[in-house]
Amino acid sequence: MSDRPVRIAQITCGAEYSGIQNEITSAAATVGAQMFYPDVALKDVKTAYKEFGLPVKSPDLKLAIARAKAIVEGRIEADGIFIASCFRCAEAAIVRNELRRYIVENSKIPVVSYSFNERTSSSTLLTRLEALSTIAKRRELMAREVQVGITMGVDSGSSTTKCVIMKDNEIVGTGWKPTTEVLKSADDVIAEALAESGLKMSDIEAIGTTGYGRFLIGKHLNADLVQEELTVNSKGAVYLANAQKGFATVIDIGGMDNKAISVNDGIPGSFTMGGICAGASGRFLEMTSKRLGVDITELGALSMKSAGGEDVPMNSYCIVFGTQSLVNALAAGYKPEDVAAASCHSVAQQVYEQQLQEVDIKEPVIMVGGSSLIQGLVRAMGRMLKTEVVVPHHSQYIGAVGAALIASGFVEKKRAEKKEA
Amino acid sequence: MVKVFIYPATSLMLSDLVARYGHTPLGSAVSIREHIQTPGFDSPPLQMTAEDPQKGLKWAAVEVPSGIRGRMSLYGPLVEEAEAAIIIDEPELSFGCMGCARTNELLCFMLREKDIPRLELRYPASREEGVTFVAQIKKFLDDLKKEETA
Repeated sequence: MSDRPVRIAQITCGAEYSGIQNEITSAAATVGAQMFYPDVALKDVKTAYKEFGLPVKSPDLKLAIARAKAIVEGRIEADGIFIASCFRCAEAAIVRNELRRYIVENSKIPVVSYSFNERTSSSTLLTRLEALSTIAKRRELMAREVQVGITMGVDSGSSTTKCVIMKDNEIVGTGWKPTTEVLKSADDVIAEALAESGLKMSDIEAIGTTGYGRFLIGKHLNADLVQEELTVNSKGAVYLANAQKGFATVIDIGGMDNKAISVNDGIPGSFTMGGICAGASGRFLEMTSKRLGVDITELGALSMKSAGGEDVPMNSYCIVFGTQSLVNALAAGYKPEDVAAASCHSVAQQVYEQQLQEVDIKEPVIMVGGSSLIQGLVRAMGRMLKTEVVVPHHSQYIGAVGAALIASGFVEKKRAEKKEA
Repeated sequence: MVKVFIYPATSLMLSDLVARYGHTPLGSAVSIREHIQTPGFDSPPLQMTAEDPQKGLKWAAVEVPSGIRGRMSLYGPLVEEAEAAIIIDEPELSFGCMGCARTNELLCFMLREKDIPRLELRYPASREEGVTFVAQIKKFLDDLKKEETA
């Protein structure tokens, strides 16, 4: 791809009237992408939605259908598609989901769907648009299947910071700690990983950063790759699960938001990331372990002592009401292991209802991130999806592994430049 | 001169008919013009900001989607100002397209609730119906003028 900006087609209903159009445009500009409205003629609008077969009443949704059809049928070119509509609009939610499915089934264009309200900011949209842009712009890098040289990946998440050092396709050093000060946490995990690997910073040939603190740490380390966690995590997941060919679904239940990514041949096709409410995230499991008086690392083993906890009333849709049901369950005399399992079941249920409805689940289903070490959560997700969920080794380091793997795409070029110099 | 709310509010044809027969049309042109001519905003194309859906809370509750509330912040004040209304049911997209069906339902309901002269017509399906359609609108607007002078 040339240096022209990545062109992302905007297929939205209500964005301009919600006052967030500027947020969408700004987020796109930050990642070097350009939003555009696909132009369609009035006659095309009339025929397109009739052909599509979904009898919607809102004209803007009819227009959305016509725009999606024009792209899929090749009359308009786009590098990525952003479908969004107002949060709480049922008619738009149906259209959004069906259009996403239609685009995924009939084209290879990456697509993300989202529901917004007036409080949606450009920072919320940034990761999603960056992922769309990355898939379009860095297809070659994303296709990398083997790590070469000595590379480092740093993942600055909302809860924890991780570092991985890889050498000749092997993980040789790891570092992990809760995120406090972003740069300090990064420096600490880097020191930990370097000590374990027996390498020095000067031995590192390329660095990749990801996660919420990626820009700050990327600048601090002069990283070769600064990339959002959606594409990096999915790359790391299929690499570690040895599922780089064919389809896979990656689920990452994070500390602040959840991600579900549909991957084909190692490259993400469609994805969703926790939207308006962050209720059902890893944070709820942290609160559960705190309330039960166990460390988060012990929650998995505790929950596995229970048959599943499905009979314990628990709802993590909202973190406040979820905590209330946690307190109620304990007060009603349920055993801690059943409450732990019920919390896992509830989070899995919310992820299933909120995220997994927006991607096409294809096996293998790979769970990654720190929460994948909570066995009760993996079991609950497997039961929900009626499949054996794969948890690869080093799954808690997934972002760092993905960043180290993708960053190795820069090694050969840097070696050649060094030789010439 | 009577202030007549037109539905669809984006219909240039309706707006023109109302103005031609001596009244003031209230529609998108009025509210959107005000927005895009307000200096200081930088939120193209409509120059609407997150504050607009908040203003829309006067006409629609917080659980109503933000796009509807944003639209209501444009049309709500015009409905309040309206002294008469013309509502065209099931209009062609080319006659005037207002984007959101739920906003349309709320707007028409608010206009019907208001104790003002109102003309409701089906969008014409043939040339003959079209002639009758224009004649009915003309008569309604003429009657408004008569009522005003009486």
